[in-house]
Amino acid sequence: MLHTLVILVEDKPGVLNRIASLFRRRTYNIESLTVGHTDISGLSRMTITVEGTQDHIERLTAYLYKLVNVIQVEDLTNRKMVSRDLALIKVNTQTEKRTEIFQMVEVFRAKVVDVTTESLIIEITGTDEKINGFIEVMKPLGIIEMVRTGAVAMERGSDSLINLPESGFEKK
Amino acid sequence: MKKSGAQIVWECLVKEGITTIFGYPGGANLPIYDAMRDYPQIHHVLPRHEQGGGHMADGYARVSGKVGVAMGTSGPGATNLVTAIATAHMDSIPMVFITAQVTSKLIGYDAFQETDVTGITLPITKHNYLVTDVEDIMPTLREAFYIAKSGRPGPVLVDITKDAQQAFVSDWEYDDTQIVLKGYRPDFTPAASSIQQAADLINSAKRPVILAGHGVLMGNAMSEFKEFAEKNNVPVAMTLLGMGGFPAHHPLNLGMMGMHGESWVNTAIQEADLLLAFGMRFDDRVTGSLNSYARNAKKIHIEIDPSEVNKNVRVDVGLIGNIKEILAQVTPLVEKNERAEWRKVIADLKGETAVRDIVNLPDSGHLYAAHVINELRRLVSRDTIITTDVGQHQMWTAQYFKIEEAHTMVTSGGLGTMGFGLPSAIGAKLAKPDREVWTVVGDGGFQMTAAELSTIAQEKIKVNVAIINNGFLGMVRQWQEFFYDKNYASTPMISPDFVKLAEAHGLKGLRASTRAEAQVAIQEAREYPGSVVIDFRVEQEDSVYPMVPAGAALNEMIRRPSVIVETPQDE
Repeated sequence: MLHTLVILVEDKPGVLNRIASLFRRRTYNIESLTVGHTDISGLSRMTITVEGTQDHIERLTAYLYKLVNVIQVEDLTNRKMVSRDLALIKVNTQTEKRTEIFQMVEVFRAKVVDVTTESLIIEITGTDEKINGFIEVMKPLGIIEMVRTGAVAMERGSDSLINLPESGFEKK
Repeated sequence: MKKSGAQIVWECLVKEGITTIFGYPGGANLPIYDAMRDYPQIHHVLPRHEQGGGHMADGYARVSGKVGVAMGTSGPGATNLVTAIATAHMDSIPMVFITAQVTSKLIGYDAFQETDVTGITLPITKHNYLVTDVEDIMPTLREAFYIAKSGRPGPVLVDITKDAQQAFVSDWEYDDTQIVLKGYRPDFTPAASSIQQAADLINSAKRPVILAGHGVLMGNAMSEFKEFAEKNNVPVAMTLLGMGGFPAHHPLNLGMMGMHGESWVNTAIQEADLLLAFGMRFDDRVTGSLNSYARNAKKIHIEIDPSEVNKNVRVDVGLIGNIKEILAQVTPLVEKNERAEWRKVIADLKGETAVRDIVNLPDSGHLYAAHVINELRRLVSRDTIITTDVGQHQMWTAQYFKIEEAHTMVTSGGLGTMGFGLPSAIGAKLAKPDREVWTVVGDGGFQMTAAELSTIAQEKIKVNVAIINNGFLGMVRQWQEFFYDKNYASTPMISPDFVKLAEAHGLKGLRASTRAEAQVAIQEAREYPGSVVIDFRVEQEDSVYPMVPAGAALNEMIRRPSVIVETPQDE
């Protein structure tokens, strides 16, 4: 099944390469990967979705912890979490389907962020399933180009995932 | 005090207690070499190829327990080290590799002798660094040594740009505060409940077998290990790299397990009801087919690296941490047990096999590798250090050169690196100058790094070389014989006159073609003051038995033939 991993790493050159190289070397396939800063200085947060059995993911986690720059690895798959992906979709509006496109944007609570006489760029945020659903609907209406960020994820509830005192990091 | 980056490199090596390093100079590391004259307390050894230098530092580390240090320049200097780095990585050897990089402004512009060395070595190092700022040299080298030797040891590479070597720090002072790395966890301690659980399994087992690996030696747990094994009388099977962790002559020591393990060892493992894996990683060469591996056995795994537990074999109890400390906790909880019945079962298996052994058969006038290695074992002292190359002679050495003492056997296990034998022996000799050092090599592997005979001559050291010369790449030939219809594609090998080759390097060369000659040659080599190369002309198409074919069950062995078929001697 698809697992959602949150990996906290030191913000140092080459760390993304180390993570990506580990997945390749151990023959895991990254479905999506996002990386960005956090509110803690020197700490970056990655969300990686990866296909594998529970056993595979446990091994992967152990390998990740062998990397000197990896601070914490959490598998959110079986926890209550919010997972969001963002897509920008450029569609052709030179057809009789223009109205239908606007209706679908309404239904999916997407946003139009660029308009020309021939095209629209639609921004949509949501779970993987929601975005996949929207893309299916848009396909027959004429997608010119699209881009997705990959998932970012956070556990629900008031606690922080990050074990701050143990990590040795401090808030910015 | 004002110091250049190059001087800081040497200062750090001195502070780490390094007294011998192996390196090759070139354009980008010239500043380091220029500063070397100020540090006469460090002996620098010049190999004939960086790979040789890397293996020397590896052999040095394996017998001394210290961190081995090898240096190379940028580009080809660094890429020539790659095989040595991968060898050390697979066998968990504490090493620091210092390579030079082109000036930082030129990085990324395909400058002369520029290579992305940190990129290349990323999957074969425990960690690596690119240093472009002189201020970072000291903290990086300190981290490198700390990472290399802590937890599960391994090689760390530090790539230092030429401009960083040339720049100065005006008020340089060595920082000896405790290193803290936020994401690095070398120390684990198992829960007391898991220790108890392990002890309970041991106490209730009827047919336990210990699988002793390299971790026993790396963790210096030899005495704790012996105490444990003797208290509960658990038979001990060894991995190739585990040899020396437990004396070969000990009545509980069964010998080597796995692909070329004796049949009683593998059968005992397959019939065990409990396997105690101590500092080993269930490599495919020791398990055979995983589906049929020790199916009725519960498993306890003592291991320092969490990622090894449940990797190849699912275990019932995993004890992650320092093996010395864990065994000290487990042994008091284990009951005394004679295990007479189980040991009798194994002894019977053993008796049946020994009669087929070549060393127990009458002398036919032919020389077998087993004879050579058996004689060598008989003639040299227990503390003699033996290194091997990779192939048939390596397996014969594992079978016949009974290792009694810790850190006296040096061999490339995980990577199986041909060319390792001679340079690792040079490193071992430089680490233990008072010990007798032999390397057992094949005619193939020896020629991969034979240029290091020059290093022996330059260092004026005594390292004896036993070439098991069968005129073939023997192990590959054996596989061709067994599994490829005797299609000996590219395995017959013409070699130079090894006696003359030795003499060309100012060393002594000897040749032996019978058991009697072999004995004389070994004695002569021991007594000669300089290094001696012996060309042992052994039976050409001899094979290593028993053999578990790759992917077969561990007890499905090709056994020793009961009648020896010899090829006619060429007179």
